[in-house]
Amino acid sequence: MVRPSETLSSQFLSLFLEWYVEIGRVALVNYGKDYGKLVVIVDVIDQNRALVDAPDMVRSQMNFKRLSLTDIKIDIKRVPKKKTLIDAMEAADVKGKWEKSSWGRKLIVQKRRASLNDFDRFKLMLAKIKRAGVVRQELAKLKKETAA
Amino acid sequence: MAPKQRTRNPELIPGVRKVSRSQMYHKRGLWAIKAKNGGKFPHHEKAPAATAVAEKPPKFYPADDVKKPLSNKRKPKPTKLRASITPGTVLIILAGRFKGKRVVFLKQLTSGLLLVTGPYKINGVPLRRVNQAYVIGTSTKVDVSGVNVEKFDDKYFAKQVEKKKKKGESEFFESEKQEKSALPVEKKDDQKAVDATLLTAIESVPDLKAYLGARFSLKAGMKPHELVF
Repeated sequence: MVRPSETLSSQFLSLFLEWYVEIGRVALVNYGKDYGKLVVIVDVIDQNRALVDAPDMVRSQMNFKRLSLTDIKIDIKRVPKKKTLIDAMEAADVKGKWEKSSWGRKLIVQKRRASLNDFDRFKLMLAKIKRAGVVRQELAKLKKETAA
Repeated sequence: MAPKQRTRNPELIPGVRKVSRSQMYHKRGLWAIKAKNGGKFPHHEKAPAATAVAEKPPKFYPADDVKKPLSNKRKPKPTKLRASITPGTVLIILAGRFKGKRVVFLKQLTSGLLLVTGPYKINGVPLRRVNQAYVIGTSTKVDVSGVNVEKFDDKYFAKQVEKKKKKGESEFFESEKQEKSALPVEKKDDQKAVDATLLTAIESVPDLKAYLGARFSLKAGMKPHELVF
C-alpha cells in the first residue's frame, strides 16, 4: 500500500484516499528518463520494485519511489502481452480519464505554459489585463447596486 | 559526405596492394590509350621555359638578419548566424541603449553584425547594427519579403569624418561643438521606406505592434534557462 503523492492529499484526505500498488494500477513516472509518462504496474518484483509497462515503451522495472500512483486502474492479468495491455488500456479509456482528471488537466496546463513563446506570453498578459478589467467593472456595478 | 570512390587497387595491409603492376597496366586501360595513339603514349612538347628575369644585385644589404614573419593568408568570415535568426525574426536586444527592446531582424552584414530596425515608429529603434551576441532570437517571425535592404552595408553606418581641424587656443575655451550633426534627410527617408512595408506586415498580425512597442523584462518566477523564446 502506498499513499498518494503529497501534492494531492492532505493528512486528512489520506485517511480514506489510499491507492494500492496492484496489477493494473496506472502510475505517473516522476523521475528519470521516462518522466511524465503514464505507465501500468504489470507485476511486483520485490518490496521496492515493480515491473512496469506502457504502450510506447519497453517493459522494464522501476523503483516505487519513481512512481506516483493515480486513481486509475485497468483490468489485466499479471504480465499481459503488449497487445492485451494496449487493448485493456483502450477499454478502460485510461488516456481519456487521465486528461479529464484534475491532476491530468493541471499537467497539461503546466506543459502548455512552459511551451509559451515570448509573443504568447505577451498576448497572455494582455488577456489577463482585459479579463481583470471586465471583472472589476462588474464588481463596481455590483457594489453600486448594494450601496444604493 | 561524398560517396566513397571505387578504388581499383585497394591496400590489403600497409605497403601491400592487391593488384600487380602489370595487372594495373591492363586495368587502367593504358594498352587502349597506346593503341589509340599508334603504339606510343600521347606526348606533349614541353612548354618553352619562361626566360628568367635578370635580377639586379641589391643596393643595400641589412647588417643584421631580419626575421621574416610567417605569411598569414587568413580571410575573416562573417560570424556564423544562429539558426534561430532568419530575416524577419523578432529579436530582443539585451544591452546598450535599447536593451529590452523587441526589434525586427533584416539581414546580416558582411562584418557579421545584424541589421535591425524597430520599426522606428513603433519603438524608436532606427536602422541599426547589433551584435549577435547581445541578442535573443525569438521564434516570432514578421513577413519581410516586401522590404529592400540591398543598399545597407557597413559603410552606410560608418562615422562621418570631421573635416575641421583645431585652429588654436580659442577653440579649447569655447563651448564644445553644440551642433550635433543632425541626421541627414536621406537616412530618414531610408528609415521611412523600410518601415512602410514592415508596418503593413506588422499590423496584419493582431497584438504584434503592441508587442514590438513593449520592452522585455524578467518578472518574478521567470527562469531564463527554462523560458521558450
